[in-house]
Amino acid sequence: MAGAVRTAVVGVGQTTHVAARHDVTMAGLVREAAEEALADANMGWADIDAVVIGKAPDMFEGVLMPELYLADALGASGKPMLRVHTAGSVGGSTAIVAGKLVMSGVHERVLTVAFEKQSESNATWGLSVPMPFSAPLVAGAGGYFAPLIRAYIRRSGAPDYIGHLVAVKDRKNALRNPKAHLHLPDIDLETVQDSLLLWEPLRYLDTCPSSDGAMALVLGSEEVADAAPGPVAWIHGAAMRSEPTMFAGRDQVNPQAGRDCAADVYAQAGVTDPRDEFDCAEVYVPFSWYEPMWLENLGFCPEGEGWKLTESGATAFEGDIPWNPSGGVLSSNPIGASGMIRFGEAAQQVRGRAGDYQIEPHTGRALGHAYGGGSQFFSMWVVGSAKPS
Amino acid sequence: MTQAPLIERHALEYPGGYTRSVGPALSKFFTGLRDGRIFGVKLGDGRVMVPPTEYDPDTAEELGEYVEVGPGGTVKAWTWVAEPRLGKHHLGKPFAFALVLPDGADLPMLHVVDVAGPEAMSIGMRVEPRWSSERVGYITDLDAFVPESAGGTSGAAPNGSSDAEAVTGIVTPIRLEYEVNAGRAASKYLRGLADHKILGQRAKDSQDVYVPPRGSDPKTGHPTEVEVEVSDTGTITTFCVVNLPGLSDLAPEVPYVCAQILLDGSNTPWFGLVQGIDAYEVRLGMRVKAVWVDQPSADARSIKWFEPTGDPDAPYDSYKEYA
Amino acid sequence: MRDVAVVGFAQSTARKDRERNEVEFISPVVQVAVERSGIAKADIGFTISGSCDYLSGGPFTFVQGLDAAGAWPPIRESHVEMDAAWALYEAWVAIQTGEVDSALIYGFGKSSLGDVHEIMTLQYDPYTVAPLWPSMVDMAALQASVFLDASGRTERDLAEVAARCRKAGLGNEFAIESEDVSPEALLERPVTHAPLRDSDIPPVTDGASAMVIAADDVARRASSRPAWIRGIDHRIEPQHIGARDLAASVSTRKAGERAGANGSFDVAELHSAFSHEELILRDALGINGTDVNPSGGPLVANALMSAGLTRIGEVATRISEGRADRGLAHATQGPCLQQNLVCVLEGE
Repeated sequence: MAGAVRTAVVGVGQTTHVAARHDVTMAGLVREAAEEALADANMGWADIDAVVIGKAPDMFEGVLMPELYLADALGASGKPMLRVHTAGSVGGSTAIVAGKLVMSGVHERVLTVAFEKQSESNATWGLSVPMPFSAPLVAGAGGYFAPLIRAYIRRSGAPDYIGHLVAVKDRKNALRNPKAHLHLPDIDLETVQDSLLLWEPLRYLDTCPSSDGAMALVLGSEEVADAAPGPVAWIHGAAMRSEPTMFAGRDQVNPQAGRDCAADVYAQAGVTDPRDEFDCAEVYVPFSWYEPMWLENLGFCPEGEGWKLTESGATAFEGDIPWNPSGGVLSSNPIGASGMIRFGEAAQQVRGRAGDYQIEPHTGRALGHAYGGGSQFFSMWVVGSAKPS
Repeated sequence: MTQAPLIERHALEYPGGYTRSVGPALSKFFTGLRDGRIFGVKLGDGRVMVPPTEYDPDTAEELGEYVEVGPGGTVKAWTWVAEPRLGKHHLGKPFAFALVLPDGADLPMLHVVDVAGPEAMSIGMRVEPRWSSERVGYITDLDAFVPESAGGTSGAAPNGSSDAEAVTGIVTPIRLEYEVNAGRAASKYLRGLADHKILGQRAKDSQDVYVPPRGSDPKTGHPTEVEVEVSDTGTITTFCVVNLPGLSDLAPEVPYVCAQILLDGSNTPWFGLVQGIDAYEVRLGMRVKAVWVDQPSADARSIKWFEPTGDPDAPYDSYKEYA
Repeated sequence: MRDVAVVGFAQSTARKDRERNEVEFISPVVQVAVERSGIAKADIGFTISGSCDYLSGGPFTFVQGLDAAGAWPPIRESHVEMDAAWALYEAWVAIQTGEVDSALIYGFGKSSLGDVHEIMTLQYDPYTVAPLWPSMVDMAALQASVFLDASGRTERDLAEVAARCRKAGLGNEFAIESEDVSPEALLERPVTHAPLRDSDIPPVTDGASAMVIAADDVARRASSRPAWIRGIDHRIEPQHIGARDLAASVSTRKAGERAGANGSFDVAELHSAFSHEELILRDALGINGTDVNPSGGPLVANALMSAGLTRIGEVATRISEGRADRGLAHATQGPCLQQNLVCVLEGE
């Protein structure tokens, strides 16, 4: 894998995700996740060399570069602090930036935190602020992605209920995760099919919630990881790829940047058959149909067959390659943190720390994935219980 | 002939203001202000800081020992605001920003001082709070510091009521105004609309036509200097039916169709509405034509929506690389 | 650590560009920086930008920036919502991992689209400070007030900094404001934001800058005289205005120590947007007898989000052109010099 220094996740912490945290400041929110991660790593604030923060647009909270204000709460005084913003993929990108600070040998122990306190405003507003000279956005985020889903259905010939299967599966998984935002014990195919049609073919329960929440990781060098009190998650590969929003001939359904990013991270980790070589995957699926689409984009099956994998139950909790055992973005979505939650949940799986949603280890490796913008920014990492060779 | 650049005013404002929950330390502070009292917090090294925070700014350790300070204080630094900002600066008249060290505190806080002019300000001057008559648990409940001799209310405000429920949140209105310019490429495109034309652009080293153009070929970053007129007729490459009302003031009644349309002669999809047909009869490959407003102008809204031409659908192979 | 050098730099500024959008503003700067680097665009391993959504009034400004950089086939890319000097730092780290050998960094911002002094208010504590709406200039003026009181320096010291920078700006084609003026003449002008005069306050500037850096032999092949980054470090201070010593810059001092900013320098470019900041930074870095801000510095052109990267570019350019052997560059962001980066550069 890339990097001169072997690097591992040595601490993980996150808030319980809810629609609105009325009891905390933004500082209090990120503190909760950070304190849990530090305790997990058996470290105190003074042990941390640098802090890396990620979140989606500043307009969500109405604070310009909120990391400046958060420096006090995150023990950053006198330390280096970085702020990453790469749209929806930011949680993943932030973890990778933090990881590189260790892989490069620059630092030994880095705290990274991603958050969103969406209840300070409203995500629908924040994502589609009307700008002069642009054609007005009259369809919201779903209006952007639903046509791509239709194109996928046209290409693959998938039956129309496939997305609903994912909507049910991820919510059933969330019942095992006490920190998930949505707990819908009675959800089934019929409930999803009966939920409000928003952006055909997407129904209400095919879409993610809007959450307040934060995720934190402590990353450590090989020396730090070897001395860690509990199991760690070694980074076997980490990669980012971007492509423009719109260009002639762009495949918006199965973007090249996603395929390249997966190829890179698999090559670093020595993975040739992701379905076989991962115990599970935590993948950014904000709309149910993105599971079969990303199954193909990430090479878990040949193109056109993602929906068959979903339908077969392979990605279910009991399947051979569970996707989003934590409940995924469909069950918790503090936008800026969502990517880091995927990365962190993958780490918890290989550490054997996933509680009731622990997948039985087979290879001891898992994939964390995030994407953002118009399916154009990708970040991924492969973590494993064994130290990379 | 060069034409004046296209510029439009733009306001960035979350309707109703940001709703901020304040946590324990600021709850203590804002509740105090509402009651006409100023609270600080004791730091790890014993110094008292105002406003209080939940965490020590230097060590990040959790704090929680609150100390009432003031009401009098000393100015440690100041600057003069000769032109107050309308709707932002609550005093509505010239005033000073100052770092004020309340009696009993060790670290100063930022607030405003209300005096007649900058000549009345000096470092070391004594001040005391003037409380707002209507206090809601906001930083401006402390209306301003005023010179101590000027008869401030010396702390306890007449309406102080510590029995009322603690302040748990504040609402902060933020409105910023901008002048946004369209840029060269988009200006040409928008001016084309006024002439009932759709003008795309391409880079010299590529045949890919972008519409609306943004000024560069995103593949290479090279400028798109070649103007290409494209048709206002095209093919629906993909779409969705929107059933969710209220997404925008400009949205039609639900259900309506939002489509990616490949205009003949262009290489990138256009995002547009499809009307003039039942939403559930819209198909991939359907041929559609722009419906223009009666008096097109240099405005993206000059094209209202697209309607079916009635021509046979385009074969899937002809547009599949765009879908 | 791998040796990394600046091999290409370009910048552009305008007082109030109403012709071009962000993409049209950035694109030529990126093209020129890449051309100057001698490295083909396709061979550059990593791309990263620094920008701020609030300057343009809408979310995801950096996504348009990508259109200006050109991103096909897909590229390794990242973005910081920070001055691009920190993008340079992240790129330097990426090269240190061994994953890539070169990187393109760019920063951009059109400060003139809104009232930038007011926009920057949103950087401050959102609960107790921002609702009072102190502007970027008000905050700087408060720091100047603290500094003059604590240091015994006077408005005349500020005027000397301002006069020197404004004169230096005459030789800088990217300066927005410059003039040959004496400190005495500046002192005759009105105090507008006590204790500051307009000449102590940076001009609102639209701008972009771009840089290419490369490691070891890649740099040596690309450039006849690469400007080697001998040390780079950055540190932040708490934001609580009461908790900081505004008369000094402890984070700059610490970053300077970590970056090896000692000994003598032929040139220093400091991101001192306000006159008093230069004095505070000189003290923090122990600068004595060095040519400080020969470009005129941020007092003559202060393009937010790229001005910090431009300081490094100004030093690197002087080294690559053989006009200096060893230089010091500094970048800052946040109210009252909250966060600071220090970079030491040398010729071969």
